Amino acid sequence: MSTANRETPRPAAGRAGIKKELPERFKDYRHVWVFIELERGQVHPVSFELLGEGRKLADKLQVQLAGVVLGPPGEAIGSAVAEAFAYGADLVYIVEAPLLADYRNEPFTKAMTDLVDTHKPEILLLGATTLGRDLAGSVATTLQTGLTADCTELDVDTDGSLAATRPTFGGSLLCTIYTLNYRPQMATVRPRVMPMPQRADKPVGRVIRQKLSAAEDEIVTKVLGFLPDNQSAKANLAYADVVVAGGLGLGAAENLQLVKNLARAIGAEHGCSRPLVQKGWMPADRQIGQTGKTIRPKLYIAAGISGAIQHRVGVEGADLIVAINTDPNAPIFDFAHLGIVTDAIRFLPALTEAFTRRLSPHSRDKLAS
Amino acid sequence: MHIVICIKQVPDSAQIRVHPVTNTIMRQGVPTIINPYDLFALEEALRLRDAYGGEVTVLTMGPPMAEDALRKALGYGADRAVLLTDRYFAGSDTLATSFALSQAIAKVGETFGTPDIVFTGKQTIDGDTAQVGPGIAKRLDLLQLTYVAKIASVDLDAREIKVERRSEGGTQMLKSRLPCLITMLEGTNEIRRGSLKDALCAARTRVLKWSAADAGIEDLTKCGLRGSPTVVKRVFAPTARAEKAVQIDTAEKILRDIADELIAAIFTRQPALEHELAFNGGA
Repeated sequence: MSTANRETPRPAAGRAGIKKELPERFKDYRHVWVFIELERGQVHPVSFELLGEGRKLADKLQVQLAGVVLGPPGEAIGSAVAEAFAYGADLVYIVEAPLLADYRNEPFTKAMTDLVDTHKPEILLLGATTLGRDLAGSVATTLQTGLTADCTELDVDTDGSLAATRPTFGGSLLCTIYTLNYRPQMATVRPRVMPMPQRADKPVGRVIRQKLSAAEDEIVTKVLGFLPDNQSAKANLAYADVVVAGGLGLGAAENLQLVKNLARAIGAEHGCSRPLVQKGWMPADRQIGQTGKTIRPKLYIAAGISGAIQHRVGVEGADLIVAINTDPNAPIFDFAHLGIVTDAIRFLPALTEAFTRRLSPHSRDKLAS
Repeated sequence: MHIVICIKQVPDSAQIRVHPVTNTIMRQGVPTIINPYDLFALEEALRLRDAYGGEVTVLTMGPPMAEDALRKALGYGADRAVLLTDRYFAGSDTLATSFALSQAIAKVGETFGTPDIVFTGKQTIDGDTAQVGPGIAKRLDLLQLTYVAKIASVDLDAREIKVERRSEGGTQMLKSRLPCLITMLEGTNEIRRGSLKDALCAARTRVLKWSAADAGIEDLTKCGLRGSPTVVKRVFAPTARAEKAVQIDTAEKILRDIADELIAAIFTRQPALEHELAFNGGA
């Protein structure tokens, strides 16, 4: 492994007086780690997205990429480990203990900080989920290191530092943040911000196990129960292939039905921009944008959404963005691929009808004959 | 019971000012509000106090003008307000912020009684990190309950608390112990209108202004820029995309034809979608 370029760190540009002077105790911190989020037997897909990103960083640094799996003994750990390798990990660290069955801050923080202290990674990435954010804050504070939240871009600088770029002030600006003199360099990334990497069937590689130095009776917080969300009511915006969303241009809460009708006709999820949640027209879990969900669908139809930067940040990853808005100067036309300058309230029913006509089995039979 | 709630004064608008040399946010001239998420935490704190008796201390770290946010919190009915303000705190990242706040909370505890619960909002609308709450909990060795949607019960004698906590895909019912730190979700309750009595009390209540020294902070290297492991090296505007949207011509056409044209354009760009939509849709 070549480390020549990292042994002669150049002073960082930018803020006056801040230079990279990595203390001696951090000099043997190596490798990139990705926390494989496992909750109730399920790996959160954001972990695979992070492995894809972690792979690029590790290759640039010419170091190894490791997954970290924390959980209770059982099949779930085995499949999480296999998946970590399939998505690009070179090795996987495992802490397996019954008290890691449900997420609780105390034992997970202990397990993670012990692993870091023992094996010394230079970069540690976590998903910006409720679990990931809860854990990342505690781990970074315990380790007294830097943590950059909700990054949209990760890169390695010429001196080997992690350059973590994130939106600031509602997405109107971006900033690049470094953790110069502390290790590990920690960052969280929201689901769907990074693309899902290619999965390759690979055998399970090197696995390093560590015991958890905590017992159930030392853990104060107890899980009394878990109530899963009603599947039909649950918004699965982040991972939907097609999303239809409405904005203030719809004029009134009842016009959101037009968005829902189109979504139902084409099997899409529906969502909205931030002002509609603030007005109470739609629940917060349907909000798309910097403070809501990041989406990455194959097709995104934005009806009556002007396209403020806050919204743009959340939809930029879509393959095809279609914008319907009365204002030809609306910022959404600057980042949409297809645009229609028209009133969404009048156009949505026509579009729903046209989709239904085009997609109905009858018309497909006609096409085939 | 004694409750400490940490609030933050945040810019109300998307008006951004960034110092060209230090790359730090300049707050002067931007209208400010209490971070909206903190209001849910404040309301929850006030409800618990009303139910169990005791006091609510509201704490913020910020420039002298952050006193306005504390005044508003007093107007809602908080009993005491502490403004942690000192030039040593300038440029704090989340780790340095959680250090300063935790030291101030410890000092509040020494002075006015150990808090049973420390509240924060789930995150701020300017930083958006959700890191300061967990940071404070770790520094003060408090049990941490984040993303709490509901406080189901508090048993002051048994020092026990039960909460409902949001997680991915469901709600966790947790039993924990006091003292603890809770970060409160949005939409959990509606902030009260302050009463006339509260307004009169607020007008008479003095906001305590603490410097680093007043808060008992000895190690200034853990504060501000020096205490911040993260360094903002560059602030920049997102790059604009080169080309604008291809406009579907709507002139002199009936809606039905425009819709057909749009759908044709969509499937030309994404041919695989047509089959998927036919399969997924109710059509």
